[in-house]
Amino acid sequence: MELVCPAGTPAALRAALEAGADAVYCGFADETNARNFPGLNFSRPELAAAIDLAHARGKKVLVAINTFPRAGAEPMWHRAIADAARFGADAIILADPGLLAHAADRHPDQRLHLSVQAAAANADAINLYAREFGVRRVVLPRVLSVEEIAAITPEISVETEAFVFGGLCVMAEGRCSLSSYATGQSPNMNGVCSPASHVAYDSAGGQQSARLGGYLIHQRPQGATMPYPTLCKGCFTSRGETGHIFEDPVSLDASRLVPALARAGVTALKIEGRQRSRAYVAEVVRAFRAVVAAIGSDTPPPAAALARLAEGQAATTGAYAKTWR
Amino acid sequence: MPLTFPQAVRNLPAPPLFPLTFLLGRLMRRVAARHPAILTRLGPHAGARILIDAQEGPVLFLMEPAARRLTAHDRSHVPPHDACITGPMADFLSMLHGLEDGDTLFFSGRLTISGDTSAVLALRNALDDAELDLTEEIIATLAAGDAAARLMRWGLRRAGALAGVSLHRQPEDR
Amino acid sequence: MDLTVGPNAFFWPAETVRAFYAALADAPVARVVIGEWVCSKRLPFWQDEIPVAVDTLLGADKEVALSSLALITLRRERKLAADLVRVGLPVEINDLSALIHLEEGTPFWVGPMVNVYNEGTLRWLAARGATRVCLPPELPLTSVRVLAETGQGLGVAIEVWGHGRAPLAISGRCYHARLHGRAKDSCQFVCGDDPDGREVETMEGQPFLRVNGVQTLGHHTQTALPQLADLRAAGVSSLRISPQISDFPAICAHYDRALKGGSTAPPDLAGMDWANGFLAGRPGVDWAVTQN
Repeated sequence: MELVCPAGTPAALRAALEAGADAVYCGFADETNARNFPGLNFSRPELAAAIDLAHARGKKVLVAINTFPRAGAEPMWHRAIADAARFGADAIILADPGLLAHAADRHPDQRLHLSVQAAAANADAINLYAREFGVRRVVLPRVLSVEEIAAITPEISVETEAFVFGGLCVMAEGRCSLSSYATGQSPNMNGVCSPASHVAYDSAGGQQSARLGGYLIHQRPQGATMPYPTLCKGCFTSRGETGHIFEDPVSLDASRLVPALARAGVTALKIEGRQRSRAYVAEVVRAFRAVVAAIGSDTPPPAAALARLAEGQAATTGAYAKTWR
Repeated sequence: MPLTFPQAVRNLPAPPLFPLTFLLGRLMRRVAARHPAILTRLGPHAGARILIDAQEGPVLFLMEPAARRLTAHDRSHVPPHDACITGPMADFLSMLHGLEDGDTLFFSGRLTISGDTSAVLALRNALDDAELDLTEEIIATLAAGDAAARLMRWGLRRAGALAGVSLHRQPEDR
Repeated sequence: MDLTVGPNAFFWPAETVRAFYAALADAPVARVVIGEWVCSKRLPFWQDEIPVAVDTLLGADKEVALSSLALITLRRERKLAADLVRVGLPVEINDLSALIHLEEGTPFWVGPMVNVYNEGTLRWLAARGATRVCLPPELPLTSVRVLAETGQGLGVAIEVWGHGRAPLAISGRCYHARLHGRAKDSCQFVCGDDPDGREVETMEGQPFLRVNGVQTLGHHTQTALPQLADLRAAGVSSLRISPQISDFPAICAHYDRALKGGSTAPPDLAGMDWANGFLAGRPGVDWAVTQN
């Protein structure tokens, strides 16, 4: 199985290659990609150099241009595709149908992957994107169980890529406006969920609080674990009950499900975390390299001691287990 | 019983600030010159004034990237700032040297931040990409000759090991 | 500009659905989209009302379309979408996968859960046969202007979310069931207890969201009324009015009067909080524009 690893900076990309990534995904430092965070991502020269470096080592670079272009501003996204293709990107990861149509028309030889942001959650959707735009691989949305993935793969002719570690969307990706409801900025339009510019942490009276767009999302004693204030993992009240009504502040760890995902026909495993540091990338990639190496052998995969890296320091297998719903 | 590093530091008298600030300023200008990508990555956040509060330390540090300024301040005179990061010095150094992940330290409650979250994030990402080595930067700042540099490298490595903090990049240890 | 009533987001008893659509026959709306778009488990409880409602509405000279689900994952949900296109009425797709069942060139409508953010996507949908598109609620007026103009050139009618709690997210997980300590498969249809969604407040007690099964809505009712003149000038052809359990005929009448030059203040109804931030390019929950 191909191990697809995140890089928010050239340093993280080198760390991922060093740690055993088969492919690294990254994006330009603007709103064309869904991790448009301050200080993150690649300039044009940085991306060109990164692709050359990876190719020299026989590895791949996948370029995510996976936001939905703003009406009237499509040329910015078209330029991003043209540049990634010109630099030799092994694949471009897209979500927007208009952008996919453009890429299929103008760059017919460029390999295209369907981003998780397109939320292609069944075989019909995947076959539609394959037929209309010639996508060669689909990143599976995190609403599917392992059984459902196993049922999808025989019905499609393209490769599949499944998330195995990192931040977890609990809503169908690319179809969520919770962030823009509270902040005016969304993953689809701006490439940011719960943007840092609208996040405020505060400490008072032994309590630490986190607000998004002014709304109190978390409150914890000083020194306790503190999640990032995304609404889907926030603490709310409903009829007198207070708690994490959507999802606890946990992140995905499907390391134990890797053999099952392989049996389900999944081609590639994806690690989330372009916004994380090179230390995180190195540690997670190294752990999953060992997990992949153990597939098919009698030795059980090494227990990945990764829980401490997870948000809330707790992990879930998410929608992969049907009981999650 | 030997003192641990944090206790040892806390027991020190506050140092005279002018020489420290002078050295920090040189270090900062040197780093900015050797790693111009840091300022590029910071972009619009380069102008932010970021206060670094290493809890056990006797002084506060104020980083002003655009002005290429790093200054030390007495705890009794907190300078105006846009954002503040609070945590153990050992964690700051581990993060700088790529041994620890900033989000992990933050999620676990070891680091806390307040003020302009974007500026903190931008600084974290810019420094992470720069792959700084504090030992090498100090040596470069002091413009030490070859022999002196070797001695300092050895000294800082020993000091870091004794204190349990990372004073240099250690790819060979990983 | 006219009014389109969207599909009902909530789980209502069959007799409530029947009365709702019977009353709608007399309402000043041009067209109605009907169907289950949130959760396929609800459908058996009210699907027999659909043909009745369709007949009533067609008899009252409304255009009628059938809505697909917003999130299609299961085999029976895919079959449902395939069956939908064979009925012979226009279909409003709310999950792109429904398109695979439509022969190239068959006219169809596009609902607000499909990501139409730009001209390229609108052009692709028009080439596939789209004749009517309701834009995603989070789009700002600057985008609406460009898309309405593009739509006019393509012969695609552009609709904007005009009234109702905005659909903010859809999930594989049922939050209604989770609030009752149950899983989706054993939900016992608890979402039926809350015909207007279940209230979710911030820890400081501000009303903020509504949980509706696998769907999350904003608590605040979005209204495009204060921006009506801008939308009209942009060439938007219809306002979408989203069903709610109370006061719906009065709401339709109020929007109709506004279209005919009446007040563009929101209707004076008890217990409703209003927002219009999305169109203004601000947080959706904000009341950003009072009038234009």
